[in-house]
Amino acid sequence: MSANLVALAYLVASVFFILALKGLSSPESARRGNLFGMIGMTIAVATTLTLTQNWILILGCIAVGGVIGAIVAQRVQMTAMPELVAFMHSLVGLAAVFIAIAAVNNPVSFGLPEVLPAGSKLELFLGTFIGAMTWSGSVIAFLKLSGRMSGTPIVFSGQHAVNLLLALAMVGCGLWFFFSETTNWTAFIAMTAIAFVLGFLIIIPIGGADMPVVISMLNSYSGWAAAGIGFSLGNPMLIIAGSLVGSSGAILSYIMCKAMNRPFLSVILGGFGSDGGTAVADNGEQKTYRSGSADDAAFLMGNADSVIIVPGYGLAVARAQHAVKELAEKLHEKGVNVRFAIHPVAGRMPGHMNVLLAEAEIPYEQVQEMEEINSDFSNTDVVLVLGANDVVNPAAYVAGSPIYGMPILDAHKARTVMVVKRSMAVGYAGLDNDLFYMDKTMMIFGDAKKVVESLVKAL
Amino acid sequence: MIGEVDPVIVNLTVFVLAIFVGYHVVWNVTPALHTPLMSVTNAVSGIILVGAMLAAGPMETDWGVWLGAAAVTLAAINVFGGFLVSQRMLEMFKKKDKKGNA
Repeated sequence: MSANLVALAYLVASVFFILALKGLSSPESARRGNLFGMIGMTIAVATTLTLTQNWILILGCIAVGGVIGAIVAQRVQMTAMPELVAFMHSLVGLAAVFIAIAAVNNPVSFGLPEVLPAGSKLELFLGTFIGAMTWSGSVIAFLKLSGRMSGTPIVFSGQHAVNLLLALAMVGCGLWFFFSETTNWTAFIAMTAIAFVLGFLIIIPIGGADMPVVISMLNSYSGWAAAGIGFSLGNPMLIIAGSLVGSSGAILSYIMCKAMNRPFLSVILGGFGSDGGTAVADNGEQKTYRSGSADDAAFLMGNADSVIIVPGYGLAVARAQHAVKELAEKLHEKGVNVRFAIHPVAGRMPGHMNVLLAEAEIPYEQVQEMEEINSDFSNTDVVLVLGANDVVNPAAYVAGSPIYGMPILDAHKARTVMVVKRSMAVGYAGLDNDLFYMDKTMMIFGDAKKVVESLVKAL
Repeated sequence: MIGEVDPVIVNLTVFVLAIFVGYHVVWNVTPALHTPLMSVTNAVSGIILVGAMLAAGPMETDWGVWLGAAAVTLAAINVFGGFLVSQRMLEMFKKKDKKGNA
């Protein structure tokens, strides 16, 4: 294939990638979008194959990776999606590092001059360090999300100074590599090693509650790593695909930060959630709350005209999605208007709760986003809060509160509020929730799944 | 004129424009599909497979080729895993779709 034909084929593939993301604007067109993505990838791979000789090795490796990928995709639990995504980011990062090392070793196979020009060196440096940081950061995120490592932030004094020193050392090695006349492996390897350590150090101080931001951020990194490799190889398709992914991850990070009302920088600098539970003391004042049984709750819900269910991650932890679906169906049969209100950070990654409810086959017209449903709370009879806390805390409207300004679901405006919770313990933000002490609120203590099951029985 | 421009500048042009396209396309993604968006973009970043194939491409086998082969395997896991898990998730949204129409 001539170079021009290859470039044109890559252009076609790039357009397919853009269409793939465009398809996700609605659930109806989303599957077609995903298909476009697959077509684009097939064109890209087939075209690249014509540039290589080692077909048996390459196709063999694709087959091995493909089978592993297919098995993983088939078996993964929907609650484990954040782990899977973190795991896959780490693969992109590591692959980027391998490619960069291979390019430094043998530039000619990538169509680069034998002695690397300055520009290529800079690009390889960028691609490698972003890739290395993506890899180690994603590994930590994966370990934290899958519970193999504690979600509590790991902080030590002088942390930021250490990170800064390492970053400077990394740039120093990069410059050393850049200005060496021959291929300076020492500088390159040292730079890569420091980047690995840095990726690790940057993620360990970030707490479990901020994982939706971390995972979006790593998503962004993995895109920039691909774009960086695209620059090194002078391949516009890699640059386009990488930039799409990079900007997508950046936007998701922004949306998540906004939903948690936290500046991006403070999330990245970490340490949030380490002091969880200390902010509870409320000048010793004894507040009273009302608790009730599932039967009382079922009676109230069965006689209501409208019910809004607010699911939080506690629901997924208790594996109560299917029980909730039954509950919604039962209420629907009784002529109750049932809807679900989703806060943007209701799961452990952007949009996670929507997928969990979709898996339980809850019709998506019943599932509404915060902006769509918030004005309806005031004319709703019953709100059932399941395993959510901070996202319904009216303290967000009180100036001076640590979560002041955070967008919340206005559950407190409904006529009756029922909260299913295991105890009166505080949420991630370490704050007491006034919603629990309102006169119209009834607390139902217990495991979300058991409570919902007894609600279904009582209806 | 274009012949005299450093390819890096041309790539930079592509890069900046692609970010703009990405920005606009991604803001249009419905929040309900943000998780599938992540898994699709995950698969798309598997495009690095192309670079890995070039690394594994030459016939003479030195360690660089093996490194490339390893990268091909990793990227292929991403591509297949990403697209297939997205498909699985999006099917769930479809099932509900049918039910909703029934």
